[in-house]
Amino acid sequence: MSQHYPALLVVIPLLSALLISIVGWLNKRLCFPIAVAALSVSTYSSVGLLLKVLDEKVIHYHLGGWAPPWGIAYRVDHLSALVLVVVSVVALLNLIATQKSVEQEFPEKIGAFYTLYVLFITGLLGIVVTGDAFNLYVLLEITSLTGYGLIAMGEDRAPLSSLNYVYMGTIGACFYLLGIGYLYISTGSLNMADISSILPDLYDSKVVLAAFVICMVGVCLKMAFFPLHGWLPNAYTYAPSAVSSLVAPLMTKVMIYVMIRLMLTVFTPEFIFSKLALSNSVVWLAVIAISMGAVLALGARNMKKMLSYVIIAEVGYMVGGAWLGNRAGMTGAVLHIANDALMTLCVFLAVGNIVYRAKGYAFEDLKGMFRKMPYTMTGLVAGALSIIGVPPTCGFFSKWYLISGGIQAGQYAFVAALVFSSLINAVLFFRIIEIGYYEPFGADHGHGSSPIRMAEAPLTMVVPLLIVAGGLVVMGVYTGDIVTNIIEPIIPLAIGN
Amino acid sequence: MSDLISSIVDNYNYLIYVTLMMIGLYAMIAKKNLVKKIVGMNIFQTAIILFYVSIGAKKDATIPIIQHGHGQGAHEITSSVIEAVEYINPLPHVLMLTAIVVSVATLGVALALAIKIYNQYETLEEDEILAQIREK
Amino acid sequence: MRILGIIVVILTGALLIYAMGDFPSWANPVSPAHNHVSPRYIEKSMEETSVPNIVTAVLADYRGYDTMFETTVIFGAGVVCFFLLRIPRKDEPTVRRYRHTLTGMTIRVKETRKIPPVLEEFERIDTLWAPHDLIIKTACRILVPFLQLFGLYVIAHGHHSPGGGFQGGVILGASMILLAISHDLRTAIGRMSERVHAILCPVGVFIYAGTGALCLLLGFNFLDYGALAGILHVDPVTARSHGILIVEIGVGLAVMATMIWIYNNISSKGRYDEGL
Repeated sequence: MSQHYPALLVVIPLLSALLISIVGWLNKRLCFPIAVAALSVSTYSSVGLLLKVLDEKVIHYHLGGWAPPWGIAYRVDHLSALVLVVVSVVALLNLIATQKSVEQEFPEKIGAFYTLYVLFITGLLGIVVTGDAFNLYVLLEITSLTGYGLIAMGEDRAPLSSLNYVYMGTIGACFYLLGIGYLYISTGSLNMADISSILPDLYDSKVVLAAFVICMVGVCLKMAFFPLHGWLPNAYTYAPSAVSSLVAPLMTKVMIYVMIRLMLTVFTPEFIFSKLALSNSVVWLAVIAISMGAVLALGARNMKKMLSYVIIAEVGYMVGGAWLGNRAGMTGAVLHIANDALMTLCVFLAVGNIVYRAKGYAFEDLKGMFRKMPYTMTGLVAGALSIIGVPPTCGFFSKWYLISGGIQAGQYAFVAALVFSSLINAVLFFRIIEIGYYEPFGADHGHGSSPIRMAEAPLTMVVPLLIVAGGLVVMGVYTGDIVTNIIEPIIPLAIGN
Repeated sequence: MSDLISSIVDNYNYLIYVTLMMIGLYAMIAKKNLVKKIVGMNIFQTAIILFYVSIGAKKDATIPIIQHGHGQGAHEITSSVIEAVEYINPLPHVLMLTAIVVSVATLGVALALAIKIYNQYETLEEDEILAQIREK
Repeated sequence: MRILGIIVVILTGALLIYAMGDFPSWANPVSPAHNHVSPRYIEKSMEETSVPNIVTAVLADYRGYDTMFETTVIFGAGVVCFFLLRIPRKDEPTVRRYRHTLTGMTIRVKETRKIPPVLEEFERIDTLWAPHDLIIKTACRILVPFLQLFGLYVIAHGHHSPGGGFQGGVILGASMILLAISHDLRTAIGRMSERVHAILCPVGVFIYAGTGALCLLLGFNFLDYGALAGILHVDPVTARSHGILIVEIGVGLAVMATMIWIYNNISSKGRYDEGL
């Protein structure tokens, strides 16, 4: 069975999503256990796949028994395996942590919620593991549609924000499809490895250049890279808390994985860094993204909006790092995918706990929280330290690689933006810690909930948060092993030193 | 420059799809009514479908169903030679079946969201909705 | 906004037209798209799958994995529409309108729990009500079974003529929607209740994914229909043809149920009592 891990990884969640949808009409209480079982099988398969890839370098799987390029083929290498493990672990922890909050917000439609949750994860896992460009588009659409539906069930401005996300997300996915069409018309194939073997003869063609630009614009729309980020703050702020801690860590990071996959495997680095002269402009855009994200986070008036702008800055880190054109930058970008997913999950879970008890996420709701919800605030502090970049948490190490890559490439504006954003993050999070620690637990707390009886969040919400917070430190300590064994083999030698 | 123009005029099918796509894109950005934006989205996706299908055309070729493929003649077909030049390319059609289904699904979700917004704000014009939000 | 729209459109259009310079000319048989992957589909699909319709063979066999996810997309859209719009039964509004058939007077009733579902002289009407039209109702009622028969034909004959699961499923769904439009939504829901079409939708996708999983359990790769040769007692090529038929049936079921589900949710705004 272990040679079928790549297929099981995606098929088991798909079958369970269908099962949850049927069971939701008959008995609502079975939905959660089935979802947990499905995501556990996925986590087990992805970890098994990572261990196999460390031995075998690349794993191929032919779906339908047809060899590529006539059939669809899965191609798992170190990069895919790393992102697979991150996605499945984040999804499983989030599922367990948000069970109580889901029961509170959607008591009637639990079946539909868990169906959409598991379908979202199926789509993400499929995007990471596939080796076929058109298959990626279909899975991207599954992820997007379920994401739109999940986000729209928040309160207040959620449906409008979700509709704006629909418009921009559809343009992004359609641009990606158009780029694939341009590649098809010039190469005749849809398989990523096959395209990259045919492309070198066609590097001078205008069609290939246009294909690259259009694909990149489409992917940038979906990952909220400046200046196409307009949908993200509203969509993540007004989404239900169970949904923002699912979508925020995963969606943009998987899109950055897609960009790196297109850069490294399909359009090889020779094309991007030698033929095109775009890397400078992209790094400058990343600098603007980081600075703008940091400054707008200062002006945000509630926790979730502030965190959304921090996410926009983090996307700027990763895109800038990947486009620097040297090993350290690319290493930093890939390492930051894993680290940022964990950090974002940590802080969003902590905010979710606060929303569960205090029923609000403005800064005033944090007053005196350190005394009432100590474990949650510990998790929040751990996530905050990692976002700021304090050793030994993992955030420090990925920033270290990005800064050294920036210095090597001579992009000093990028280095300055990284340092500036770390300082601003320190200001933001110390402001929160000050409100939570020093402000008294006043009578103006909470929206009608009785202030005296507020307690810590339930155990199922606190334990995953503490596991993630511990994971941040563990990832930081083991960074050296991760970089040498998993990330170094990914980066082709064509990228200079 | 002149062969750019002559290549454009020869391949007028691609020009049509670019025009349609730009009309759809303009509608999505510039119009204020939510349903008009959804219609623009649909036009945009249809233009991409048109592009893919026009890739698959071949001169003097017929539809991709093997002639005399069922009934009595079926047994002889497997031994005779089927020329690839006689049939148009089936792969873009397959891909576009998927894209059409995806665009219908997106349309359904967008319309459901528009209904939810209408239930909340009683209007579908974006500037009136933003005015209501600012008042709150 | 208009100026921004015009600028974006001009820039994008210019990029796309610039790229057109290197395109192969239209309908040229020697372009790369026609000579790399597709010739094998055209030349070998008959002997490898015994299905004359090459598009169906590629859709359901060579690239069957994509089609499975496409069916999942449409299933996901149905679930999203349900998740967004459906008002739970206990929150459903309880104001109904009735019309006295003898005098034409309409009354509005607030407490509807005590009214039996079928009354002799009062017919239940919608908010936007048009008088009973004999021609439309009878014509549509006669047409519906023929539509469904045609839909089943399109699914089953997809191997030999243009057609297949998606097309047939949409026709089947359209037959129920025609019933809902010509009569009213309650008649259509009476024929196929919400629970039936909400469960039929994942069952259709389950048939597709389940066939693939069955092939996996028998030791072959996922969705490799050659595994079915042992179960169906035929040679592998015919097993592929049968496998394609099974998954097309699954697709047709799923698409039909989703079309009806989305229509019901959107036209009644989640209340399931009145439609268009």
